[in-house]
Amino acid sequence: MLKTLAAGIATLAVAAVGAAAVAANISGAGATFPAPIYQKWAEAYRVATGNQLNYQAIGSGGGIKQIESGTVDFGASDKPLKPADLAANGLQQFPTVVGGVVPVVNLAGVGPGQMKLTGGVLSDIYRGMIAFWDDPHIKALNPGLKLPHQRITVVHRSDGSGTTFIYTSYLSEMGPAGWAKQVGASESVKWPTGIGGKGNDGVAALTHQTNGAIGYVEYAYAKQNHMSYAQLQNRAGRWVSPTAEAFAAAAAGARWSTAPGFYLLLINQPGANAWPISGATFILMHKKQANSEAGRNVLAFFDWAYKNGNPAAASLDYVPLPDAVKATVRRSWSTIVGPNGRPVYP
Amino acid sequence: MTRTVIAAGKPATPAAVAAVRRQPKGAELERFFEYVCLAAATMLLAALGGMLVSLAIGGWPAFAKFGLGFFVSSDWDPVQGSFGVASLIVDTVLVALLALVMAVPISFGVAFFLVELCPAFLRRVIGTAVELLAGIPSIVYGMWGLFVFGPVFASFVQQPLMNAAPPGSIWERLTQGVPNGTGILAASIIVAMMVLPFIAATLRELLLTVPGQVRESAYGLGASTSEVVMRVTLPYVRRGAIGAVMVGLGRALGETMAVTFIIGNAHTFPNSIFDDGATIASNIANEFAEATSPIQTAALLASGLILFLITFAVLALARMMLAEPRSP
Repeated sequence: MLKTLAAGIATLAVAAVGAAAVAANISGAGATFPAPIYQKWAEAYRVATGNQLNYQAIGSGGGIKQIESGTVDFGASDKPLKPADLAANGLQQFPTVVGGVVPVVNLAGVGPGQMKLTGGVLSDIYRGMIAFWDDPHIKALNPGLKLPHQRITVVHRSDGSGTTFIYTSYLSEMGPAGWAKQVGASESVKWPTGIGGKGNDGVAALTHQTNGAIGYVEYAYAKQNHMSYAQLQNRAGRWVSPTAEAFAAAAAGARWSTAPGFYLLLINQPGANAWPISGATFILMHKKQANSEAGRNVLAFFDWAYKNGNPAAASLDYVPLPDAVKATVRRSWSTIVGPNGRPVYP
Repeated sequence: MTRTVIAAGKPATPAAVAAVRRQPKGAELERFFEYVCLAAATMLLAALGGMLVSLAIGGWPAFAKFGLGFFVSSDWDPVQGSFGVASLIVDTVLVALLALVMAVPISFGVAFFLVELCPAFLRRVIGTAVELLAGIPSIVYGMWGLFVFGPVFASFVQQPLMNAAPPGSIWERLTQGVPNGTGILAASIIVAMMVLPFIAATLRELLLTVPGQVRESAYGLGASTSEVVMRVTLPYVRRGAIGAVMVGLGRALGETMAVTFIIGNAHTFPNSIFDDGATIASNIANEFAEATSPIQTAALLASGLILFLITFAVLALARMMLAEPRSP
C-alpha cells in the first residue's frame, strides 16, 4: 500500500516537472508606467502559447537593481541607461512602448487644449519666475484667453518617477540657462517651488482641487480624467495637442538607428506633429545570457508583443513603436548570446 | 512519604523508585518550554539589534559625507547629491506633537464618556466604532484625507481663516499659503484621527481597572463626575495613561501613508500654519523605490535611523516619567 502510494507520488512529480518544462516561466521586474500593458500582454501570451510572464512593478530603480544582480530574466526602466552604464554591467536595452507627459492646468474658463504654453515658459513657471497667470509671457501666447491675476500653484511629483525624469529633461532642454543649471533632470529633483503629490493620481488630485494650479501627468491620466491639458509648441514651431498620433510622430521622427544602446530621449524631437514631451520605456537584458532558454523566452515574448500587442496597447492609451523602430530593435537582438556564443533568438 | 508512581504490579524496591525518579517527564518539558521562551525573547532582541545595525551601516556613507551638516541642512537635492534632514526632523516632530495635542483631549473625553457617563445601550456602539477606527488601514486614511477631507478643510477652515486675516498683520503672515487642503496641519488632523482610537481604547481599559470602591467612595463624599474623573480615577491610572499617550506618540511619529498623501512634500520649515512639509517616513516612502544613486539610498537609510532613535528617545522619556517615585 505504501509502495503504491510512493510510486503514485513519484509519477505525479515527474509529470509535474515534465509539464513545467513545457510551459516557460519568464520573470521581469521594474517600471510601474508600463506595468498594465505588460500584464495585459502576458495574459494574452499565456492564452496563445501557454508560457507565463511574471512581472513585478517595483519601480525603475528596483528593476535595474534586480537585473544587475541577475534575479530576474529582464528588467524594465522608464529611464534608459547610458551606454557607459550598459557596458559596465553587460546589459542591453531596447524600447517597447511610448508614452507622453502632459501639462495640465486648472483655471476657471480654460478647457482642454485652450491654454498654449512653450517649453521656456513652462520651465520659468516651474522655477517660480512666472508667478501669476496674467504674466506677460503667458498673455502673449494666449491672446484669446481671459487670464486672471491669480497666483500659479505649481504641482509636481513627490516620489521619484520616470515621468518626472522625462518632464525635467524637457524643462532642462528648453531652459538650458535656467532650469538645467538650477535644478537638472532626474527621477526626483529639488523643486524650486510648488507642492508635491504622490504618484500621477496625487498630482492629478491636487491639480484638480487647487484653483490656479498647473501640474504634469502621464497621458493616460490626462485622457481618462478629462483634464484641461495645455498645447505645446514643438520643435517644428507648430502647436500640438497630446494625442496618440503626436507621440507616435515623436517616436517615428527620432533617429533610433544611430542612438548607441537605444539611449534616446524623445524630448523635442523633429516632426511636424511630434509631441515634445514623450518617452519610451525600456527593457534591460544581459548581453551574455547564462541560460539560453530564458533569454529566448524573453525575446520570444517581446517579438510576439511587437507583432500582436498593438491593439492592447492602444486600448490602454500606450503608443506602440513604429514598425521601422521595431525592425531596428529586432536586428539588435542578435547581440544577445547564450553561453555558447550564439544568438538566443530566433 | 514520597509520591512517586511505581508501575502497577511491580514491587516498590529502592531500585525501581530511583529509576522512576531519574526521569521526571514534567521537568524536561518545563526546561524545554523555558528554552523556547528564551529563544523567542532573544530572537526579538536580535532582530531589533540587527535592524539598528543594518540601518547604521546603510546610512553610514551619508553621515560620513555630510557630517554634522546632515542634521543642520534642509537641502534635499538628489541631482546634486546633497542631502540634509533638518526640516524632515522638525516636520516629523511637529506633525506628531500637533496630532497628540488634538487627539489626547478627545480620546480622554471618549474614554471617560464610555466609562462614566454613557448609557448602557450606547456603550457597545461607541466602543465598536472606536475600535473600527483603529482598524482602518493607513493608506485608506491617506486617500480619504486627500480626496474628501482636503477640499472640506480648504473651504471650511483654510479659506475663512485666510479671508478673515487683516491684511498686513502677523495673522495674515501666519495663515498664508495655497488653500488646497494640504499641509502640515491637515496631515496632523488625519494622524490625530488615526491615533485617537488607540489612546481611547487603552485608556478605557485602564479606567475599567479602577476599583469600584475607589469611585464609589469619591461619589459618596459628594464629588461631582468631573471631580471624580480628574481628581480620583485619572491619578489612579496616571502611569498607564502616560504610557498610552506615549504609544500614540510613537505611532504618530512613524505614520507614513496617511501623511504622504496630504502633507504636500516640501522640504521646508513651516512659516505659516498652512504650509507644506515632509516627514522622515513620508520622504522615505516617496523616494526609496526609485533611489538609484548610492548616496541617496544612504541618506534615506540614515533618516530612517534618526527616526528609529527619536522613537527610542520618546519611549525612554516615557519610562523615565513613569519611574518617578510617587509622592507619599
